[in-house]
Amino acid sequence: MKKVSFSTIIDKVSELVVRTSRVIPGEVSRAIRDRLGEERSPMARKYLEIILENIRIAEAGGLPVCQDTGLSVFFVRYGSDVTVDTGSYPDLSGVINEGLARGSRRGYLRNSVVDPIDRKNTGNNAPGIIHVIPGGRGEFEIMLLAKGFGSENTSSLRMLSPTAGREGIESFILETVSGAGSRPCPPVFVGVGIGGSFEKAAILSKMALCRMGEVSEHRQWESEILKKINGMNIGAGGFGGDATALDLRIETFPTHIAGLPVAVNISCWAHRFGSVKF
Amino acid sequence: MEKKITFPLPPGCDPEGLSAGDEVRIDGFMYVARDAAHKRLVEAIERNEDLPMDVGGCLIYYMGPSPAPEGRVIGSCGPTTSSRMDRYTVALLKKGLKATMGKGDRDKSIIEACIRYRAVYLVTYGGCGAYLGQFVKKSRVVAYPELGPESILRLDVEGFPALVGIDIKGKNLYNK
Repeated sequence: MKKVSFSTIIDKVSELVVRTSRVIPGEVSRAIRDRLGEERSPMARKYLEIILENIRIAEAGGLPVCQDTGLSVFFVRYGSDVTVDTGSYPDLSGVINEGLARGSRRGYLRNSVVDPIDRKNTGNNAPGIIHVIPGGRGEFEIMLLAKGFGSENTSSLRMLSPTAGREGIESFILETVSGAGSRPCPPVFVGVGIGGSFEKAAILSKMALCRMGEVSEHRQWESEILKKINGMNIGAGGFGGDATALDLRIETFPTHIAGLPVAVNISCWAHRFGSVKF
Repeated sequence: MEKKITFPLPPGCDPEGLSAGDEVRIDGFMYVARDAAHKRLVEAIERNEDLPMDVGGCLIYYMGPSPAPEGRVIGSCGPTTSSRMDRYTVALLKKGLKATMGKGDRDKSIIEACIRYRAVYLVTYGGCGAYLGQFVKKSRVVAYPELGPESILRLDVEGFPALVGIDIKGKNLYNK
């Protein structure tokens, strides 16, 4: 049995929040450098160079990479051999939200979270969006995706016809990326969730964004769609050019005979995610 | 080649030397406002009330910064998506605003308004808030402090980098 205390979780989540806001994952920087090497548009090249400089300044200066430090989406992988001592907090969500609030304050993150109707700011970036997913027996991992909303606003979900097939799915993905155009801070990352139910497809698409760079059973199809997206000439910043998307990943789940839910979740180039294991 | 421009423009002047696609460096000062502040400004105009600042000849930057760590002027301060401000922009251009700045393309109505009111739309580098902070020399709240990260700021800037998105002839960077 693995026992983890609330104070350890609060400290680690707080650190994760600060680090994720300041340090872009290595695979993201590498993808940007790779695209810069192949970029033919001078305006897009200049933007990609400024992006790399921004990444350096943020990390060295202890500043958020982007002022939109995002809505915090957590995936918690939690096995049956793990128990959490939540102290005076009602549940694990309460503990994670405390870590989020402390990290936001300590890391000088912008308070970007408001009531949806009266728009009153919660003042500490909590609550985060917390998904619990199955884990191995002794496994306890908290993943964080700091999701900017310029790109979130350009995301889309559609209930396709069950017979739409690969062609229908692909055409919906391309339509969504093309519709997003210059607005989500391209070059983007594209997370695609296929199947399940209405909400499952959306969660799968977000999960896909957290798994960029991992081995995928759909790699060939992903590469084909990515190539089509990069032929759209939206380009970095929407200024035209070769780099419209840095990567695309598909996650699937069985669905109903009558339907085919597909969600396309777009993330900006400043794709900020990380995880902490206990 | 980079062009230099200072805001606010002197009375009677238009940003006529700027063409879509030009790189510019901005000196002087700019106001900062995003969604909630725009809603308030335009509601004030509709009620025939005075605005909390004179926008004549000015630049409004669509942005909401992260807080300034100790010893710094400002935190991260990159642009937000401009198209969300499309519905509010024309009313401000009518009041003499000469430039807006953000990221991404804009509605056709804004292109037409840029021609009509002889104004420009500038674009700066999305997601590059740490980099852009270097060009901000001073920051203070000028209106709606209760809006927190969405309050209206005045930023004094030196050499703040941008591109011309839409010029006063209606030429558009995103529609080459």
